[in-house]
Parts: sequence; structure tokens; C-alpha cells
Amino acid sequence: MIVQAKLASLKGITLREWVIRFFFGGAVCVMAGLVAKWFGPIIGGLFLAFPAIFPAGASMVEAHEKKHKARVGLDGTNRGRTVAGLDAAGAAMGCFGLAGFAFVCWKGLPDFDTGVVLALASTVWVLLSISVWLLRKSRTFRNMRGRQTTLHTFRSS
Amino acid sequence: MIAGGGVLSSTAAELIVRFVIGGAIVSLFAVIAEVFRPKSFAGLFGAAPSIALTTIGIAILQHGKEYAAIEARSMILGAIAFFIYASIASWLLFRHKARALPTTLGLLPVWLGASLALWYIHVAIEMLERKV
Repeated sequence: MIVQAKLASLKGITLREWVIRFFFGGAVCVMAGLVAKWFGPIIGGLFLAFPAIFPAGASMVEAHEKKHKARVGLDGTNRGRTVAGLDAAGAAMGCFGLAGFAFVCWKGLPDFDTGVVLALASTVWVLLSISVWLLRKSRTFRNMRGRQTTLHTFRSS
Repeated sequence: MIAGGGVLSSTAAELIVRFVIGGAIVSLFAVIAEVFRPKSFAGLFGAAPSIALTTIGIAILQHGKEYAAIEARSMILGAIAFFIYASIASWLLFRHKARALPTTLGLLPVWLGASLALWYIHVAIEMLERKV
């Protein structure tokens, strides 16, 4: 299976990390609202795609991987940063879905029911993000043939 | 006096609602991201429309659908800027093994600069089209 869901990994998140994520998310939403209020919806709209949780998420990914390696007596510094880099690559691919979400809202909101538009936009976000990820993954698979170094990088993801 | 207090309290209430709902939605996407493997797939949720889902609903209630649609149009430019930002962050972390938090925080001006540059280009194109 290409994608796995591991609920057990939630146990590794500390209360402090939950609070940081909640605070970051809440603060950015407040900021987005204030920017829209001060500068209008055109500039305010840019902040709807602000990398809200990304810095906190990437640093936590790095810390978790480092801790994971430390348990077996290894220095996981480089490993942690590599995995954080993969997380960032995933976020870059997710931006296609984010743009798709915005496009559906832009075109759909004035004429259709809000709930329907938001549901459709969310579906487009999921499908587009996963499609881009699968496309990238298939290219990675192709490039892996005959490249042992790339294979090592993929395994580390 | 009463009206002023009312405006102040409604603004404060709106900010609290934004903070709580925004924090909850962002945390929800963080949970989803934490569950999935591999990490490149989990990273997709780092670009989830968490702020948009919070803000668009409030914008519709306060200003109407047209206002929210204008915000959504600008959001496309913000998403392109996010792509530039995340691509640079990925390159620095993956290839140069930079530390995650300073890198991702230090690159936020790149997102802002790219967003504003794209917005400026968009406005310039619109003005040129009007002239033609």
C-alpha cells in the first residue's frame, strides 16, 4: 500500500505541541480577518493561503524524527531535516489543491448555495492534491529505476 | 457610548470566534497530517484550506457572498506564493539540511513578497486590458 494511516502516531504528540498548533492556527485566522478589515478583501484574500501551520508542523516533524533516531542511539539530525523537507515538498504539491479550492469558491460562491460550494471546493482540494502527489510519486518511481541513491532517499521518506 | 461599546464588543467577539474556530480547524488538519505516512503525503495537509474554511464562512455572514468571492480570487495568488515558499523550504531542508523552524519562519517574507508581487502583476494586467 502506498499510503498508510497510523493512529498510534498521535500518541507521540505532546500537549505543548497541540497548544502551539491551536495557537498558531487561531492567531493566523485572527490576522487574516484583521488584514481583510484594514486593507480590504483583495489583500485580505491573499492571507487565506498563508502558511499557517507549516513552520510549526515542519519543526515538529524534524523533532519527532530526531527523537525517534535518538531512541536507538543514532543522531537523527540529518534524517529529521530530510523528512521535514519531504513534508515541505508535500505542502508544495498541496498548493495545487489549495488553488483549486480557491477557484471553485471564486466562481461558485456568487451563484450557488454556500454549503454546496464549500463541499465541492473541499472535494476539489482533496482530489487535486492527491492527484498531483500520485503524479509526482509515479515520476519518482520512474526515476528510481537504475538510481540506487534516489532509492535510498525514497526509503527515508 | 453604548453603540461604541457594542461595536467594540462585537469586534472582540468576532476575533475570539475566529481564534477558536481557526485554532480548532488547523489542529484538526494537523491531526490528519500526523496520522498519514509517507511524510510527503502527510505534507499535503500542510497546505489545507484551514484558514479559508474559517474566514470565508465569517466573511459571508458579515459582508455577503460577493465579498467572499473576491477574497477567494486573491487566495489563488496566495496559493501560488505558498507553492514558491514551500518549494524553496523543501529544497533548503532536503538538500542543504537546514534547520526546520528558522528556515520555515525565515522564508515567510518570501511568501509575502511573492503574494504582493503576484497581486501587483494581476492589477497591472487588468489595467492594461482596460486600456486595450
